[in-house]
Amino acid sequence: MKRITSISFLLFFIYTSEAKTLLVGKQQAVKSVQQAIAIAVNGDTVLVEAGNYHEKNLVINKTIFLIGLNHPVLDGDHQYEIISIKANAVIVDGFKIIHSGVSSIEDFAGIKIYNCRDVVIRNNILEDTFFGIYTQHGLNCTIEKNTLIAYSKQEQQSGNGIHCWKGDSMRIIANSISGHRDGIYFEFVTNSVIWRNTSFGNMRYGLHFMFSNNDAYITNIFKSNGAGVAVMFSNNVKMFHNYFEENWGDGSYGLLLKEISDSYIENNQFGKNTTGILMEGASRIQMEKNSFLNNGWAMKIQASCMDVTVRKNIFIANTFDVGTNGSLVLNNFNGNYWDKYEGYDLNKNKIGDIPYRPVSLYSMIVEKNPPAMLLFRSFITALMDKTEKILPGITPENLKDEHPMMKKLF
Amino acid sequence: MTDILRNRIILLYTVVLFIASFSMFSLEDNTSKGLLSLLNIILIIVPLVSIIFSTIYTYNSSEFIELLVSQPLKRKTIWLSSFSGLAASLSLAFFIGAGIPIMVYQWNSIGFMMIAMGILLSIIFVAIAMLAVVKTRDKAKGIGVAILLWLYFSLLFDGLVLFLLFQFADYPLEKPMIGATAFNPVDLGRIMILLQMDVSAMMGYTGAIFKDFFGTYTGVIFSFGVMLLWVLVPLWFSTRKFNRKDL
Repeated sequence: MKRITSISFLLFFIYTSEAKTLLVGKQQAVKSVQQAIAIAVNGDTVLVEAGNYHEKNLVINKTIFLIGLNHPVLDGDHQYEIISIKANAVIVDGFKIIHSGVSSIEDFAGIKIYNCRDVVIRNNILEDTFFGIYTQHGLNCTIEKNTLIAYSKQEQQSGNGIHCWKGDSMRIIANSISGHRDGIYFEFVTNSVIWRNTSFGNMRYGLHFMFSNNDAYITNIFKSNGAGVAVMFSNNVKMFHNYFEENWGDGSYGLLLKEISDSYIENNQFGKNTTGILMEGASRIQMEKNSFLNNGWAMKIQASCMDVTVRKNIFIANTFDVGTNGSLVLNNFNGNYWDKYEGYDLNKNKIGDIPYRPVSLYSMIVEKNPPAMLLFRSFITALMDKTEKILPGITPENLKDEHPMMKKLF
Repeated sequence: MTDILRNRIILLYTVVLFIASFSMFSLEDNTSKGLLSLLNIILIIVPLVSIIFSTIYTYNSSEFIELLVSQPLKRKTIWLSSFSGLAASLSLAFFIGAGIPIMVYQWNSIGFMMIAMGILLSIIFVAIAMLAVVKTRDKAKGIGVAILLWLYFSLLFDGLVLFLLFQFADYPLEKPMIGATAFNPVDLGRIMILLQMDVSAMMGYTGAIFKDFFGTYTGVIFSFGVMLLWVLVPLWFSTRKFNRKDL
């Protein structure tokens, strides 16, 4: 034991003797971060005291640890990209980064990572930046516990919160993003995880996901975004324990799945969305134990989907449970709980004895002729729905849950 | 008025409403389903009871009205007080029967809107019933007309609108649809409740148009104004007819 401690002490001294710590502040010898980075060598720590720093564009091209004490402010004066990281294993921790430049030609960002690996961006506050944290060709980077707020009014004048373009093994953890165009944007990013983030009030999508395979997003909250969450052209995506809430509007979905395959959607909660999930061209998807509460349409599953398995989910107080646009059904609904189920259970095995048809006639009518929504819940439409339930004519015959649950599973 | 309140049918109506609404709320494990069943009561049963009861009651009290006419009383006063008696007692019956359970289980904007619409619909259908009575002398015919009117407002009108909607599906129909609802108080009431209840679905494209109209203050004032017109216009016509009628 003693030997171990002495060795570790020795190591500590060797380490500290080699890597120095530079202190930046108004009362210190080094007055600007720019200057400190110029002096520093690989492995140094730059500690920045609280204060306002107008540093133009900070380029970090050495492996240094840039750490802010009490959130010193780095101001981009609406002209510059504030921090550009061009070296591996850089840490940026504890800054307040404000007013980046806005440009339609260049993607100015609060913090941008250029082709490097093992970078950690942690505990920063980014306010009024064009793009927030931008990575291109990032590898094994961690973006953790940052708060990103933007105030733009137009989509064109706004960038994405956390933008990852081409990358692998990224970790996006516990960030809070609001007011950007897309909260989190993934394009060509693989083997990555998005965990415990909150993305709300963004202009377009809370999470925008394109051509990114083998990723997981877990326990995130996506709320009140312009168009919800979009996951497109990807496969092997895992979505667990997320909340999709209050995405209101005609083109707005809790979750939009377009050309997705081999994915898992489990234990998520969809609440108060105009459409909980819209699936287009989705195939081989497992949906289990999700809850759909108070949505306009819990699910819209287009006829272009196949081998989607919907099991053990609960559907409560949705205006329409399932909507579809054709009569072809290649998907499987089984063992869900539907609060609109009116069947019985004679053998008391807690499974309804007659199948439930989640597509109501009126949801088909509204799909074809949206103004008909004005007649919803009137006597005549109730009558039509009831007759359709007994003798299905318009609604797809095969879209049914053969074994609906009598009671909620959870 | 007290005579109507003591009327067995009104008492029965109140009790039935009360039991029905309480059981609806307590039978279902989520109150939204209870609300749905209650919505049907408000949109179907309330107008039906209002119109039939008012028609029959007014026919039955025709002798009493004739007696009153022989007294030094203005015809207008007689007719209006008869209307207000009916309207007040039916609204009160609704308020006690359905309003109290709603207030117990749904103390929010949905509940409030339901009570308001229920009371307004009761009054509107009393006014319509009295117009039907004053226009037809024969009792059986009058009741038939009342039933037909109820059927028209709660079923045929919507069927007609749905039919037109499909015939003219190629045209933008959102605005005309808003206009069409003004011609049916039941529809107006239903939409006002729907906007509180199915908010998520109403946020779709056309829903948003309706919400933009009916959801705003002007929209709410418009719908309440139109419903008020549905009381005043039949009442005005029936009073004018009663004034000139040879009893």
